[in-house]
Formats: sequence, structure tokens, C-alpha cells
Amino acid sequence: MAFWMLMPAALAVFGIIIYPVLRTLIISFFQVDSALATETPFVGLHNYTAVLTDPGFWATVARTLYFTIVSTGLELLLGLGLAALLNVDLRGRWLFRAIVVIPWAVPTIVNAAMWKGIFNAQYGALNGVLTQLGLLDEYKAWLGDPILALNAVVVADVWKTTPLVAFFLLAGLSSIPKDLYEAAKLDRASTWRTFRSITLPLLVPSIAIVLILRTVEAFKVFDLIYGMTRGGPANGTQTIAYYAYTTAFSDQEYGIGSAISYLIVLVILALSTIYLRLLRRSEMSLL
Amino acid sequence: MHLAALVVAVLILLPFAYMVSASVSPQSNLISRPPRWIPSHLDWERYRQILFGEGGAGSTFRAAMVNSTIVAVATVAISMAVGIFGAYAFARLDFRGRRPTLMVFLATYMLPQIALLIPMYLILNSLGLLDSRLGLILVDSSLIIPFTLWILSNYFLTVPVDLEDAARIDGCSRVGALFRVILPSAKPGIFAAIMFAFLLAWDEFMYALVFTSSNASKTIPVAISEFAGRYTTDFGLVAAGGILAALPPVLVAILFQRYVVSGMAAGAVKG
Repeated sequence: MAFWMLMPAALAVFGIIIYPVLRTLIISFFQVDSALATETPFVGLHNYTAVLTDPGFWATVARTLYFTIVSTGLELLLGLGLAALLNVDLRGRWLFRAIVVIPWAVPTIVNAAMWKGIFNAQYGALNGVLTQLGLLDEYKAWLGDPILALNAVVVADVWKTTPLVAFFLLAGLSSIPKDLYEAAKLDRASTWRTFRSITLPLLVPSIAIVLILRTVEAFKVFDLIYGMTRGGPANGTQTIAYYAYTTAFSDQEYGIGSAISYLIVLVILALSTIYLRLLRRSEMSLL
Repeated sequence: MHLAALVVAVLILLPFAYMVSASVSPQSNLISRPPRWIPSHLDWERYRQILFGEGGAGSTFRAAMVNSTIVAVATVAISMAVGIFGAYAFARLDFRGRRPTLMVFLATYMLPQIALLIPMYLILNSLGLLDSRLGLILVDSSLIIPFTLWILSNYFLTVPVDLEDAARIDGCSRVGALFRVILPSAKPGIFAAIMFAFLLAWDEFMYALVFTSSNASKTIPVAISEFAGRYTTDFGLVAAGGILAALPPVLVAILFQRYVVSGMAAGAVKG
């Protein structure tokens, strides 16, 4: 019974996920200059050493870490505030929730195009607002500077993803028993005190899970980079997944591209192991 | 509190409102300094060009809209069908290797797509499925099945076993009980899974970018990214295309938004 019910899912997962993942591992030990090449010399760990000794690769790692830490951190902080607001019984709550859900539903590529327009050097809304407010003397090329551009990508990611984080945390918030808050009210505890001694501790498992999931997602960011900056200017927004993509599909270095992909897999495996541990500790009945 | 909610709502909507305004502003408004925030008159030309225009941007966009709809709907249907049976097995049946199998399923949904891209390209190529909607449906399903499986199995667990036992005493088979008892009681979970799956499928970009090349299978995200590359001087046109592309997922998310929280609770934190 279990066998037949799981067959389709197992076929899909093993056929279209596990097999390709293993095949990528094999490719990473060969020198492959064309996706359809038949004769490929075995090069052992050469692709890996080539990647790991390349300073360009480490710059990419540093950028990816910066993007991951800053965007995840901001999303968690803003998401907490937004979740608290969503949890209050406001009039027109339905409308508020519907508005909050919009950024998350906007396709990533559309989000990228939108922010590319906002940050545009000639006509962008940001330049317009800042000059009108007198905060900026002349239009700035936000996406023309490597560091500004990387932060611009962070802003776009935060706009799209904070609502998702907020809804995650709201799911955690709504599982906190209401009588705890009533007890706190009877004790005349302040709002801050109630938040610190009831909400926050009980929210820790949700926060931990959100952090891991968001870290994993941010670490493999691709669409947003492709849509907003294509890794530029001067590689300033080139993250590790984008680097793996261009190495394989633009430079036709499939072996090296696979090696980079595998380094990403290793990091994500480590992160998901932590995630699975957390899930088990949060008394998931499934695991 | 109401004020705070209002401020937050405005902040969230501003970038999107700017895009809406840009899509109907005459080009002269868009490039003026100081900027003109309210269009001098409504210019629907770009929507006309995309929705009805002959050749170029219009026909690519319309083909992509059709492709995206077919790919997303088929992917959701496959992932739901496969997910429902798999989820039932995980939630209700005890079998050897259940936990490790579940772990593998969960881990696959965290894998980076880039690690599957090269072999998938080879497989699709040898099956003759490059640049086809069927090929894209297959690879997209691989992304979404682990996800629906996970949400649904957690949701099925919240349905009391007694209900199902009662149905089985009345002569229902296991599959009968699944369809008559579990599915109706797990409706919020089903809706949440459908919504998440649709949004994921509509948003999928990396596979579509590499595996599709012509109007036969190119999806909306790929069409938009090409658009944005080609019409760099006309942000209005990119904005109009972006709004049309965002409309289906935004409508789905607004309609289904009350299942978002329950879906997330089931998907990860399980309240």
C-alpha cells in the first residue's frame, strides 16, 4: 500500500532530482567543454582546486555572504514588526493582509525589473524623490556602483520577502495560547515585558526555522541578480549561484560550473541538517 | 495601530504603484525632471501593443502567457496528485524507511536548482524535450512535488484518525476514506498547497531560461527578462508587461490569502 502510494513521488524525486544531482557530482570530476560532449577527460579534483584557488571565487563567496546576512537580518527584524501588526485585530484586517501578500506574489523577475526602474540613473523614482526632497543634488547611478548595486539588490529582496517572513512568524504567533496574555494582563505587565517574556521565547523555534529557510534561499539567489544587474557592475553583484550559472552556460565550463554547484550543495546540506534537527526538536509528529 | 498599519500598507504599495503609474504614463512624463508622479493623461498604448499588437513584443508576450498558464496549471495538477498520495502514505501508513525517505524528500526541496541544471539539460535533450512545455512541466514538478508532499502530510496529520476509522468500519477502502474523509477535512491545507505550488510554478525562472528558447515554450518570467533587456529606454513598456505578468499570481494570492498562514504553519512550524 505505502509502496504504491509513494511510487509516483519517489519516481519523480529520484528520477528528476537525485539522479541529476549525482550526475552533476560526476561531471564535476571531468573537464567538460560542451553540454553534449561525449569524450571528456577525467581530471579528478582539479575543477575543485581550480575554483578554490581562484580569488574571484572567494570574492563571490564574500558577496553572497553579505547579501545573505544583510537581507535575512533585515527581513527577520521587519518581518517581526509586520507579524505583530498582522496579529492585531484591526478593522479592515482582510484588506491589510491582502496588501501585505502582494509583494510576495509578484514574480521575482517582475520585482527585479521594477526595482531596476526605481534605481535607474536617468529617470528612476528614487533619484526623483531624493532630489525633490532636496536630499540629493544630482541623479545618481545606483546600479552603476558595485557596492550601491549590491545593496540595491538587498532592498529589492527585502521588499519581496519580508511579507513571507511575517506570515511565517504570524503562524508561530497564532499558536501561542491566548491565556498566557490574559495572565500577563492580570499581572499588569507592560507591552514590552509581555513581548520579552512570553512572545519572544515562544517564538524562538519559528524564528530559528525562518532564519534557516531564508538563509538557504538567499544563499542560492539567482533570478533577482539576473533580472536586476546580471552580476554587474564590475562583478559587484555576482553571487555564487550566478557565478556557477555563467561559468557553465556562458563560459561553457560545465565541469567547473558543476564543481561550484557542488560547493553550494555542501553549504546548503549543512544548513538543512540544522533545519531538520530544529524541526525534530519542535516536536514535529512526522519526524 | 491603525495608523501604523496604514503607513506600512502605503510603504508596501508605493513601488508597485510607481510601476502602475509608469505603465500608463506618456513617455515624456517618464523622463521629465523633476519627475511627474501623476500621469498628465492616461496612455494605454503599451497595453494595446502587448495585448493586441502584431509581431515582436506582443506576440512573444501572449505566447508566454499561454505557456506559463499551461505549464503552471499542469505542474500544480501533477504535484497535487502525486503529493496527495505520497502525503497520505507518510501521514497514515507505517512502513520501513519512512523517516529517512521523508528526510530525503524534505532535503530535495532545499537543493539549489543550479545543481540539477546541467544533467537535466542532457536528459531533456536526449528525450527531445528541450524547448517544449512538457519538458518544463516535468522539471518544474520536481521542484514542487517535495513541497506539496511536505505541506500536505503535515496537514493530513491534523485530521483525527477516528473520522477515518469510522468511515472504514462503514466499508470505505483506504483510498475511499482518503477521498471522502481526509481531503474534505484538509481543505485549507489543500488550498494552501495549490496556492504555493501555483506561485512557485509561475515564478520559476532558471529552468525556463535554460530549457526554453522559442515562443513554443518560453514562459512569462523569461519573456519579461528579455523585454527588460531589449526595451531599456521604455520603462513604461516593461512596467506594463510586468503588471500583466504579476496579475495571475497576485489575484491567486489575494483570493487564497487566508490559507497562507495555515499553510505555513503546516509547512514548517506546525502550530
